[in-house]
Amino acid sequence: MTMNRKHVLAGSACIVLMGVLLFAAVAWASNAGTDAVAHVGSEMVKAGAVLGAETGVAWWVWPLVLLFFCFVLGIIAVLAGVGGGVLYVPLVSGFFPFHLDFVRGAGLMVALAGALAAGPGLLKRNFASLRLALPVALIASSCAILGAFLGMALPTRIVQLFLGITIMGIAILILCSKNSARPVVTKQDALGLALGMNGSYVEPSTGELVEWKTHRTLPGLLMFIIIGIMAGMFGLGAGWANVPVLNLMMGAPLKVAVGTSKFLLSITDTSAAWVYLNKGCVIPLMAIPSIIGLMLGSFVGVRLLAKAKPTFIRYMVIGVLLFAGGKALLKGLGV
Amino acid sequence: MSDQIKATGKASPEQITYANMLFYGSWSGLALMAVTYLLYVFGIITPHIPLEKVPLLWSQPVHTYLELGQVPTGWGWAVLLGKGDFLNFLGIVLLAAMTIVCYIPLIPAFLKRKEFTFAVLALAEILVLMFAASGIVGGGGH
Repeated sequence: MTMNRKHVLAGSACIVLMGVLLFAAVAWASNAGTDAVAHVGSEMVKAGAVLGAETGVAWWVWPLVLLFFCFVLGIIAVLAGVGGGVLYVPLVSGFFPFHLDFVRGAGLMVALAGALAAGPGLLKRNFASLRLALPVALIASSCAILGAFLGMALPTRIVQLFLGITIMGIAILILCSKNSARPVVTKQDALGLALGMNGSYVEPSTGELVEWKTHRTLPGLLMFIIIGIMAGMFGLGAGWANVPVLNLMMGAPLKVAVGTSKFLLSITDTSAAWVYLNKGCVIPLMAIPSIIGLMLGSFVGVRLLAKAKPTFIRYMVIGVLLFAGGKALLKGLGV
Repeated sequence: MSDQIKATGKASPEQITYANMLFYGSWSGLALMAVTYLLYVFGIITPHIPLEKVPLLWSQPVHTYLELGQVPTGWGWAVLLGKGDFLNFLGIVLLAAMTIVCYIPLIPAFLKRKEFTFAVLALAEILVLMFAASGIVGGGGH
């Protein structure tokens, strides 16, 4: 009862804070930036001259198409058991008129929003472990900053090329990977023991208490250097890599690996998202319909999960990833 | 992890606190994002870059977008919050800031339990994320 009251109070406080923040921001900023805005009009006339005439498509068409597309993508992602970002970046960069810079920025925001929304439930059920995530997140998020800078510094064609190779590699990884529900860890290694990387959760289907601990902690942690760099560089999210490393390499049970991976994305993608945000790579007109569409799709996907045939969808996603990866690869090669 | 907590399979108190903060923060951010987007696309608040001009820019590399759209980098967007497009950054930034906020209570919680390694890890993560958020090395594009 007290907890509920606390929750209601905290919720109300958040809503009030949000309103005040919005009002204060509009009031404060209404007088600011006026000169810049006046200047933009003339710059945009120049832009029209530089970039050519209007695109011939009304401005609202692409956000609307993107909203619907991401809604479908959200459903497919849940049914196939992959993150939204890994489908979003190759498909949107391949089939929409947006530059890769903005697709990566939006892709990170999509992955971040999904991870933030899923995080609380996973943490409360103990499927996501803070103790497992903390050391891993520090490595991955630091490296994601590096990856984001690399991605911004390299020519677009090179990034496209690597993106294509990565996406095709992910498709093969999904095709070949065999998860282990409860890997056998006979003895925890010294580093895992020192970091207290162990825990337990109650299996909801049986009520059984499942205890776990990690092994091969150092190689596992080192893998997150590469994962972090790739997440930041391509804006993909990194659930596709987190889960196999946590589960198969470090020996965390599959549920803990999946839950902690999703939670990890909320930290790793935060650091890279800030870099893209600060570099101007987030255009709200396309980023927000992507986030909203994918989140709505995910909710519907979860409901459809019981009725759908995940094997078929899994193979379909692998096919789509191979196709989108191939397209990015060809773009990178200038074909 | 304390044996007492481990024996129950339940999440630790600091994990529950983190989850609660994340829940309210992320959903507030998403709601704020939806509201500000509607204000923007329905033209209730005038944007910095006219809506019909954005499709000309989003197919170009970021430096062209920044240059022709007169878009500031780093935290420069804050002075343009009165414009419909930049108002959307409030929700986006709230989402991007939630992890930093949620990490703060972890430090005293770990210190209280004399888990200094985890307290240092939490502090280091906050510093890393604040470095990324600061925009110190975030100006310009390729």
